[in-house]
Amino acid sequence: MDAFLHQILAGLATGGIYASLALALVMIYQSTHLVNFAQGEMAMFATYIAWALINAAGMPYWAAFFLTVAFAFVFGVVVERVIIRPVESASVLAVVVVFIALLVILNSVTGWIFTYTMKTFDSPFPKGLGLGVYMSPHEVGTILVTLVVLVLLYAFFRYTPLGLAMRAAAQNPDSARLVGIRVGWMLALGWGFAAAIGAVAGMMVAPIVYLDPNMMGSVLLYAFAAALVGGIDNPWGAVFGGFLVGVLENILGAYVIGHELKLAVALVIIVGVLTVKPSGLFGKVLVTRV
Amino acid sequence: MPLLAAKDLHASYALTRVLHGISFSMEPGTITTLLGANGAGKTTTLRALCGMVKTQGEVTFEGRRIDGRATEDIVRLGIAHVPDGRGTFVNLTTEENLRLGAYARKDKENVEGDLERVFGYFPRLKERRAQQAGTLSGGEQQMLAVSRALMLRPKLMLLDEPSFGLAPLIVKELFGILRSVNEKERVSMLVVEQNAAMALDLAEHAYLIETGRVVLSGTADEIKKNDSVRRSYLGY
Repeated sequence: MDAFLHQILAGLATGGIYASLALALVMIYQSTHLVNFAQGEMAMFATYIAWALINAAGMPYWAAFFLTVAFAFVFGVVVERVIIRPVESASVLAVVVVFIALLVILNSVTGWIFTYTMKTFDSPFPKGLGLGVYMSPHEVGTILVTLVVLVLLYAFFRYTPLGLAMRAAAQNPDSARLVGIRVGWMLALGWGFAAAIGAVAGMMVAPIVYLDPNMMGSVLLYAFAAALVGGIDNPWGAVFGGFLVGVLENILGAYVIGHELKLAVALVIIVGVLTVKPSGLFGKVLVTRV
Repeated sequence: MPLLAAKDLHASYALTRVLHGISFSMEPGTITTLLGANGAGKTTTLRALCGMVKTQGEVTFEGRRIDGRATEDIVRLGIAHVPDGRGTFVNLTTEENLRLGAYARKDKENVEGDLERVFGYFPRLKERRAQQAGTLSGGEQQMLAVSRALMLRPKLMLLDEPSFGLAPLIVKELFGILRSVNEKERVSMLVVEQNAAMALDLAEHAYLIETGRVVLSGTADEIKKNDSVRRSYLGY
């Protein structure tokens, strides 16, 4: 029983990471109706920056953490302005190719700078945070960090004028322009936030999977599955989907299909949702009267 | 100096040219209407004024050239556009829609007061304050669109078919409120309408547009008396 409970709780911890990355995907999807395939590599790149700040520059973990989040934010904004903006009105396929190019470039540039050798990335959480046999300190810490990120994001989008403007720009760009919102910049900010959330996910997952340029590949797959389960246009759905996928993956891996086939869970979920219920569990059913 | 003037304004969507050199002007504090049949280019004219379509020609607002500027910059000069189809942010609440109307304003401290002012004109919106705007009725959404524009404290409002799809009684109410906004707050209005009779009662000046050109202009009374306008647009 203890082992089972441990599997569930550990699933919630990795689920939090999937939820964060899924949320980043949803943020970009909501304003562009495209899934950013490079989201994982952007997170991985940011995590390497954190590693460099800690190990090469000798910074304390949390200083490096916040600096990395800030870096990722700026990086996201710049990527949108410089790389995505020029193909804004191009066909979907063209943009997808740009996303994939970004993925490959980030992956190889990171490998070129930091080599492909796996690096350890220490967990910042103190031993006392753990819950005995049920949860490791890092698992508890990951859940806490995820929750803080979620609360901050919710407060930002719900209660600040800028958050409102970003929601308006994503929903109805034409009307947003007519009230004076600079829609292009809102998009860029959205990329910034998505990249920052991704960076947090990267830093949380690195102590578990070790740091290497391909570390986000499978995480991104789980995040896709999470976003799809929840409904790709629904941030709450993405969060719920993240936790659900995390727990499912762990339990199926431990008791049903074995550890080696775990990644198949993500693929089965993706294919399953797309064929059975493409809008996901909480995909928006919009009520409009005319 | 006219508040707004367009000179030889051309506009096109992709390869189709819609405006073929429209010229008109309006004085501060007045209501002017653009009349015309479906497809005459009325909506495009309003969109051209706010930089939402590619244009050639000259547009001046308070003596300054505004053609070629970005929509969001034109809005900041005090031009509020109530678009065709109302442009409601359907997933946001009524109040959020209204607050967005004041987004471009610098005097944020007056926004609360203006919310009450707008609720004074449209008490129904106050009841619907926390409701998702997409669930409002057509008339309520039109009121919301006008209110959102008022939240900018505009100098000029561009109204695209405010009567569209509304019951006659609601149209009457809405036009009454537009008139009192114009009288009390000196907000100038450029109204595009298919309902020529209503528009000519509201406006002081009118321009008749046919296939992208101004074919007739004058005071509302002159236009009302014009025989061909009477037959084609007023229907008696």
